[in-house]
Amino acid sequence: MTEFFWLIPFAPALSTFILVVFGRRLPKRYVSFQACSAIFISFIISVISFIGLLGTNPESIPIVKTLFSWIRAGTFGADFSLQLDPLSAIMCLVVTGVGFLIHVYSVGYMADDRSYTRYFTLLNLFAFAMLILVMASNMVLMFVGWEGVGLCSYLLIGFWFEKHSAANAGKKAFIVNRIGDAGFILGLLFMFITVGSVEFRSINEAIGGGLLNQGMATLIALLLFLGATGKSAQIPLYVWLPDAMEGPTPVSALIHAATMVTAGVYMVSRMNLLFTLSGTASQVVAIVGALTAIYAATMALTQNDIKRVLAYSTISQIGYMFIGCGVGAYAAGMFHLYTHAFFKSLLFLAAGSVMHALSGELDIRKMGGLRKYLPLTYPTFLIGAIAIAGVPFFSGFFSKDAILTMAFANGQYFVWALGLMGAVLTAFYMFRLIFLTFYGEERLDQHAKEHLHESPRVMTVPLVILAFFSIVAGYVGLPLVLGKKLDLFGRFLEPVIKPAGEGHLSLGTEWLLILVSVAVALCGIFIAYAFYLQKPQAPHTLVRRFPWLYRLLYNKYYVDEIYNAVFVNPMIRSSEIVYKNFDLKVIDGTLNGSASAANWSGKVLSYLQTGFIKDYALIFLVGIVIVIGFLLF
Amino acid sequence: MIPSSYFFILSVVLFVLGIIAFFIKRDLLTQFMSVEIMLNAANLAFISLAKATGSLDGQIIVFFIITVAAAEAVIGLAIILLIFRQKKSIRTEDINLMKG
Amino acid sequence: MGHFLFFLLATICVGAVLGMIISRNQAYSALFLVLAFASMGGLFGLLNAPFIAVVQIIIYAGAIMVLFVFVVMMINVREGLPSEKKKWIFAVSLILAFVLFLEIILAASGRLSSLSGAEAADIGNPTNLGRLLFTRYLYPFEITSILIIAALVGALVLLKKKAKE
Repeated sequence: MTEFFWLIPFAPALSTFILVVFGRRLPKRYVSFQACSAIFISFIISVISFIGLLGTNPESIPIVKTLFSWIRAGTFGADFSLQLDPLSAIMCLVVTGVGFLIHVYSVGYMADDRSYTRYFTLLNLFAFAMLILVMASNMVLMFVGWEGVGLCSYLLIGFWFEKHSAANAGKKAFIVNRIGDAGFILGLLFMFITVGSVEFRSINEAIGGGLLNQGMATLIALLLFLGATGKSAQIPLYVWLPDAMEGPTPVSALIHAATMVTAGVYMVSRMNLLFTLSGTASQVVAIVGALTAIYAATMALTQNDIKRVLAYSTISQIGYMFIGCGVGAYAAGMFHLYTHAFFKSLLFLAAGSVMHALSGELDIRKMGGLRKYLPLTYPTFLIGAIAIAGVPFFSGFFSKDAILTMAFANGQYFVWALGLMGAVLTAFYMFRLIFLTFYGEERLDQHAKEHLHESPRVMTVPLVILAFFSIVAGYVGLPLVLGKKLDLFGRFLEPVIKPAGEGHLSLGTEWLLILVSVAVALCGIFIAYAFYLQKPQAPHTLVRRFPWLYRLLYNKYYVDEIYNAVFVNPMIRSSEIVYKNFDLKVIDGTLNGSASAANWSGKVLSYLQTGFIKDYALIFLVGIVIVIGFLLF
Repeated sequence: MIPSSYFFILSVVLFVLGIIAFFIKRDLLTQFMSVEIMLNAANLAFISLAKATGSLDGQIIVFFIITVAAAEAVIGLAIILLIFRQKKSIRTEDINLMKG
Repeated sequence: MGHFLFFLLATICVGAVLGMIISRNQAYSALFLVLAFASMGGLFGLLNAPFIAVVQIIIYAGAIMVLFVFVVMMINVREGLPSEKKKWIFAVSLILAFVLFLEIILAASGRLSSLSGAEAADIGNPTNLGRLLFTRYLYPFEITSILIIAALVGALVLLKKKAKE
C-alpha cells in the first residue's frame, strides 16, 4: 500500500501548473474545485500510505523512492528522492488534511476577491513545496521545499500587494527567513564536509557510527537551529510573523499556524540524533523555546487585533514544541505540533469567520456580545480556545502536558517553570479574546451590525470538523501515567525517534504535575473571567497603575524599532553609498567609457580614409609585406 | 638550358618594378598600365614554373589570365574615360570622393 | 645561344619597363610598354610555350596596348606629368617593394632548385594545350567567353552618351 507514496506532492504540483498556464480562462468554480481536489487526492494517498506504513516491518523504514538523479558533482550528490517514514507520514497527513479543510474554507472566504485564481494557484504551490519539504530524503531537497514555502509565504502575505503594509510584510517575512536560511545552508555544508553525505539515512548512520564529534555536532545543530528560528518564528527571528497577518486569514491559518512555521520543528525532529548528540545545542533549543514561549505570550496580552493575538500565540506555542525537542522529547514536540495544527487553524479560521461576519473588522475593541449572532462560529472558537488553554480531555492538554512532564523529568526545572507560566498566560489571553469578542456589551460599528451574518456552510463545516479533531486528536497520545502502551503516537514514531530516555518519575509526581498544569490553566481562565466579565474596568485600572509596562508590551518591547535601527537602516544607507560610488561611477563609468573609447578610436582611424587610391594601395602593400613575412618566419 | 629560376627572378623583378611604377605615377592611365605590368610579371612566373614542374597547367592558367586581363582592361579604360568626362582630369589627386 | 637570347630579351624587357616609368609622356609610356610585352612574348617562347607566346603578342601587345593608345589619344593631355610630389610615399614604397622582392626570393629559393625541369620541348604546343582546354578546363573556357561578352556590353553601356533631347 505504500508503493505510491511518492505521488503525494504531485497532485498539487500538476494543479499549480494547470492553473498557472490556463488559470485566466477557467471559471471560478472550476478553479476552486480543481485546487481542493488536488489536495484531497494528496490526502487520500497520504492516508493510504499511512495505513500501509502501520503494517510495515520497522526494518524497512524509511521507504525511499528516488525519482531522478538531480545533482552529481564529484563526491557531492543529492537526488530528487522522497522518503516515507512515520515522521514524514504524520506531517503529510497534517499538511494535506488541514490543508484540504482550509482550501474548502477559502472557497467561501475569498469568494468576492478579484484574484481568486491567483490565490488558489499559490495555495497549491505552497502545498507542493511543503510536501517536498517533509518528504525529502536529503537535506538539499528539503532545503528546496524550505525555500519554496518561504517564497509562497512571501507571495501569499503580500497577496493584496496594492496595500503598502501587505507588501512590506511580505518583504519582511522573506528577508528575515533568508537570514535563518543562511544558517541552514552553513549547517548543511558543515554536515557534508564532516559526514560526506546529505542523505538523512547516511547522516543517521554516520552519527550512530561515531563519525561526528561533539564540537562539530554542536556547530551544525546550532546553525540548523538558526534556520529553524527563522522559519518557525522564534527568538530572534520571529518579527515577521505578526506582520504576516496582513495576508488573508486562511493563509494565516495554513501557513502561519499549521504548516510552514512548524517546518523548523519538523527539521529538528528529523535531525534528532544530531541534537541528542550535542547536549549544548539541545539546551539552547530548550531555552530559546521556553523564553520565546513566555515572551510571546506576554505580548499577546495587550494586542487588540484579533489575528495578532493569535499570531503571538502561535509563536508562543511553537516555543513549547521546541521545549519538547530541546529536552529530548521529540515525540512530545511533534505531538504538540500535530494537535496545535488543529486548534490553531481552527482559531484562525473562526477568527476569519468573525471578521467575515463583521465585514472585515478585526479590532476586538469594536466587537462584543457576538455569541448570539454566530451560532456556529462561537462554539467552535470556544472549543479551540479551550484546547489551547490545556483543559483536560481536549487535545491541547495531552500534548502540552507531555512536554512539561518531560521537561520536569529531565531536570530542566527552569524550562518547566517558564512553560508553566506561559500556560497561565496562554489561558488568560485566549479567554480575554473570547470574552471581549463574544461576551459583554456590544461595541459594534453601525455598518457592521447591519450586515451581521453567520458565515456560509462552506466556511462553517471546516470549522466544525476542526473542532471535532481539536477534541479527539489528543487521544492517540495518552500520558505516560496511564501506561506506555497507550502512547500510540510515541510508539508510532519509534523507528525514527527513539523514546526519550530520561529520568523516571514516580507515579505520584506525574499525577502531581498533571494537576499543576490543569490548575494553572483553570487559573488563567478564571483571571480572564474576573478581568473582563466581572469587573470590566479592571484592565483599565491596571494599565493606569503600570503605564510603562503596558506600553512596553503593547509596542512589542520595541524590538522592531531596535532591529530597524541596528540592522535595517545601516544596511539601507550603506547600500546607497555603494550605489552612488560604485554602481554609478565605476560600472556605469566603465560602460560609458568603453562606448566613448570606441567612438574616439573610430574617429582616429577615419583619418586613414583619405579617399586617395594611392594611400589605400600603400596600405595594401604594407599588409602584403607583413603577411608574407609572417608566413615566411 | 637556362634554369627556370632565372626566369622566376626576372618575373619578381618586373613585379616589383610594377609596384614602384604604381606609386610613382600621378595619373590614372599610367597607373593602370603599371597594373598590366604586374599581371604580365605574374604570367611569366607561371610559365617558368610550368616549365620547372613539367605540367601544362601553368600555361593554361596564363591563357585565362590573358583573356581576363583583356576584359578587365576594356572595362577599366571605359571607367577612366567616364571619370575624364566628369572631372576633365585624370590626376589621382583630384579623385577623393571616398574620403572619410 | 639560349643564354644570349635570354639576357637580350630580359634586358630589353626591364629596360622598356624602366623607360615606361621614367617617361613623362603617356604615349611614350604606352609604346615602351608595347616593347616590353613583345619581349615578354619572346621570353615565353624560350620557355617552351610557343602558343602562349603568340597569344601574348597578338592580344596583349597587339590589342590591349592599342586600346591604351586610343585612350591616350582621346584623353589628350597636353602637358606631361611629373612624378609623385610627396617624396615620402616614393621612399616608403621603394623600401617596401624591395622588401617584398627579398621576401619572395627567399620564399621561393628553397623550392625552385628542387623542381625537376621537364625536358620535353614540345609540351607547350597547341595540340597538348587544346587537349587540356577542352577536357579539364572546359568550364572555365566557356565561362570566359561569357566574360568577354559581358565586358564588351559593359563597356558599351558605360560609355553610352545620353541622347540629346
